[in-house]
Amino acid sequence: MAHSEETVHINVLPPDKEKIKKLWMTALWMLIITIVEFIIAFTMDHGQFKVWLFIGLTIVKAAFIVGEFMHLRYEVKVLFWSILIPLVFIVWMLVAFVYEGVAIGNARF
Amino acid sequence: MASTSVATAPGRSEWDGGSSPMGASYGKLMMWFFLLSDAFTFSALLITYGLVRSAHKAFDYTGEFVFSQNYWPVPEKVYEAVPFLEGYALPLVFVGIMTFILIMSSVTMVLAVEAGHRMDRKAVEKWMLWTILGGVAFLSCQAWEWAHFIHGSHHGSAVAEGTTFFGANLVQNQYGPPAFADFFFFITGFHGFHVFSGVCLNFLIYYNTVMGVYDRRGHYEMVEKVGLYWHFVDLVWVFVFTFFYLV
Repeated sequence: MAHSEETVHINVLPPDKEKIKKLWMTALWMLIITIVEFIIAFTMDHGQFKVWLFIGLTIVKAAFIVGEFMHLRYEVKVLFWSILIPLVFIVWMLVAFVYEGVAIGNARF
Repeated sequence: MASTSVATAPGRSEWDGGSSPMGASYGKLMMWFFLLSDAFTFSALLITYGLVRSAHKAFDYTGEFVFSQNYWPVPEKVYEAVPFLEGYALPLVFVGIMTFILIMSSVTMVLAVEAGHRMDRKAVEKWMLWTILGGVAFLSCQAWEWAHFIHGSHHGSAVAEGTTFFGANLVQNQYGPPAFADFFFFITGFHGFHVFSGVCLNFLIYYNTVMGVYDRRGHYEMVEKVGLYWHFVDLVWVFVFTFFYLV
């Protein structure tokens, strides 16, 4: 930076139109997905497929937030994978616990 | 690509901690790893909800749905009230509004971060104020929803000793098994507390921006770090919305 710490002479750059437009598009996509989720919630019969559809759409939304808003997609690969790989444990926790829960339910009823 | 562009810190060689292989400052990196650990905490809560729910009987979708202690409630039947529209069944509408508010405040936050990269103090102030407003609006909605959930609807529900119980607390629940209410309080409460601390942090950032702290410092990285936290709060809500309200 050209200026020193104490002199408050700030070089303000103009807005990055391209980047801002992309951010709003991301928001629009998330809004569309949420609306689609609502439509599914009220039109589709309850069942396994519906649950998986919701999970899929949620993961898409999560990818938008983490990738674009939190900027992880553009970070160094080491950082990207350091955050993503540990999430495997969450997947395993989900599988193990729900399996256990169903077993408890079967034993009780 | 980016890994090659990392400059060595002055006075230190690359093998002496001079470069940051992850291309991020210490503070930002620690925020990422804190958020990862927080993701585990929230996952534990939501997955335990999954365990307890799958250990209960589910409503079989034959006939009209009524609240019962014998099966897990259908969430859209529990959350169908909207302020000022008392008596109308509007399933998930209010929680949809809350979701919209939080997503929008995430957008204004990322716009504040973008303005920070450009050293544009006025724009950072503007977008931070919008973000704080979104956070406060969300918390207000949640306060209303909690109040409604606790006080209950007009129908009430018979409890063991033959009286009618309205609403829910940690031991009794009009809408279904008590565990349902417990998870509601713990999961949305824990998330709401995150939103609350996020609003406090956002206000701190706003205050520092107004006072010119980041202009003197020469960069707006604090906006970015707190921005990461705020987006994470939004991220958690996306999962809470799906696993608590939709599924």
